[in-house]
Amino acid sequence: MSKPQITNPVMKWVDHRLPVFTFMHHELHEYPTPKNLNYFWNFGSLAGIILVTMIVTGIVLAMHYTPHINHAFDSVERIMRDVNYGWLIRYVHMNGASAFFIVVFIHIFRGLYYGSYKAPRELLWMLGVVILLLMMATAFLGYVLPWGQMSFWGATVITNLFSAIPLIGEPIVTWLWGGFSVDNATLNRFFSLHFLLPFVIVGVVVLHIVALHTHGSNNPVGIDTTGDDDQIPFHPYYTVKDLFGLGVFLVVFSLFVFYAPNYLGHPDNYVPADPLQTPPHIVPEWYFLPFYAILRSITFDIWILDAKLLGVIAMFASIGLLFLLPWLDRSPVRSARYRPIYRQFFWVLVIDCFILGIVGANAPDDPVFRNLGSFQYIHLGMISTAYYFFHFLVLLPLLSVLEKPKPLPASINEPVLGGGLGSAGAVSKPMEKA
Amino acid sequence: MATSAGAGEATSAEGTETRRDFLILATGAFGAFGVGAAAWPLIDQMNPAADTLAASTTEVNLEPIQEGQRIVIKWRGKPVFITRRSQAQIQEARAVKVADLVDPEKDEDRVQKPEWLIVVGVCTHLGCIPLGSKQGEKQGEYKGWFCPCHGSHYDTSGRIRKGPAPKNLPVPTYSFLSDKLVRIG
Repeated sequence: MSKPQITNPVMKWVDHRLPVFTFMHHELHEYPTPKNLNYFWNFGSLAGIILVTMIVTGIVLAMHYTPHINHAFDSVERIMRDVNYGWLIRYVHMNGASAFFIVVFIHIFRGLYYGSYKAPRELLWMLGVVILLLMMATAFLGYVLPWGQMSFWGATVITNLFSAIPLIGEPIVTWLWGGFSVDNATLNRFFSLHFLLPFVIVGVVVLHIVALHTHGSNNPVGIDTTGDDDQIPFHPYYTVKDLFGLGVFLVVFSLFVFYAPNYLGHPDNYVPADPLQTPPHIVPEWYFLPFYAILRSITFDIWILDAKLLGVIAMFASIGLLFLLPWLDRSPVRSARYRPIYRQFFWVLVIDCFILGIVGANAPDDPVFRNLGSFQYIHLGMISTAYYFFHFLVLLPLLSVLEKPKPLPASINEPVLGGGLGSAGAVSKPMEKA
Repeated sequence: MATSAGAGEATSAEGTETRRDFLILATGAFGAFGVGAAAWPLIDQMNPAADTLAASTTEVNLEPIQEGQRIVIKWRGKPVFITRRSQAQIQEARAVKVADLVDPEKDEDRVQKPEWLIVVGVCTHLGCIPLGSKQGEKQGEYKGWFCPCHGSHYDTSGRIRKGPAPKNLPVPTYSFLSDKLVRIG
């Protein structure tokens, strides 16, 4: 790999002792990237940008927030009304959480479709799952901080999940609370941890990127790059593409922040927390709905395990399963483009996840269809939960053996330039700068 | 920057500005403006909030203050010394040769009504609260205030006369709403 041409004497002096500029040149400038990446490859950098935005706005919010049960709600209202641009900063932080999950979910499904979890990127994928778990914990902790009704009852419900663990469940919940209910001690530690975890995420993201840059990005064709014909330098080609994607994202994000900042929230969280009155419908934030649906779908005991414990196990297993994905899907072909059967089941899984989300948003015993009273959301939830596990535990291992993939192209260059004709080769020439 | 001669782009001789240079500059400037606009709320949030600003004026009823008496009120978290000066104190403040002062300032410029001296009670040296407002406290050699931290002496106009402090006690913005009611801030 070439060294960058550094002419500035100060930069030269620094780089000789601490090669930061060489490193940046290597990883962000010349970093060879498959030339066929489509817009689904924008979501990684987008997630990184949102993470930074969340940390910056979060640090600022912490300057005005008071983690005490008597002051938390009022301090958030003060941020909304009195602090200069406090409304903007809080709405960016609030909707930023939703945007983070949208972007990360798309990023994950991109990985599922194009087989980005397969060798040699298993650890890259697993680090990503760790990031997802940390994000979920951070989002949950953060949602408690405004100390509204949903904050309080969400915290109560989620911490009570741990009481399902046999024998040590109750002591664990008391330990989490620092008392005998969600109270001031709980709020204090949640604030502390909500501040800590994003920096842990940054650490794992660094590992995620190191792992990524070790073998480079996967690509829509899903085959390894074979040489310079398959690759282009990251800068300017993907810096520009990522910036364009960022622009599009910001337009959509701004629509939410400025025109519908509370669309994804729940109005009950603008009611101060009341430990003596539970709101009629407790619904988690939208990004937890599919998992909430899985949690509620287990209504039966198996052997000595009761329904409550099984629900908790199923919910955590739905994500834990992703750690095993590289070994559940043994097909040597990465991209779904060349896997005709997997491609169809991928979309079934996407639809299944949407259905789980809808189930999570509705009361379990409400009928799904108005004129079919006996078919309730709980039943739909059971079916879609079963399918979710069926997809990963049965379908993927079976497809690995049974599916006959389409023939793969010889190189990335081939499908991109429509068979690599002479004229196409000539067009690509001016792009290489001397 | 390498000049690229793309199709349909006006090529120009070396050293002259091209369309691409203009586009990069314009985009960069637009981007820099955007970054600034996005950064401003994050910076401005650290300025005093609306409720802090709303609490930044204080009204004081002067009715109960006797001649020669001093009171201390809290304004923006700091003490403000209000003195109803006697004729002797006014005379004393005005008899001084202004040019000889550490921080030359005429007494007339420091008061709106000679009878009422209103100054911020924070020593201009290192921020201690000077003594002398309460009965029996040391007022210093010039019968104004005395800072116990490093020995600065202030006169009956709140001007620094002796000691390490570099400036006179500052006069806050204030206005008389009526004869006996003053609003500070």
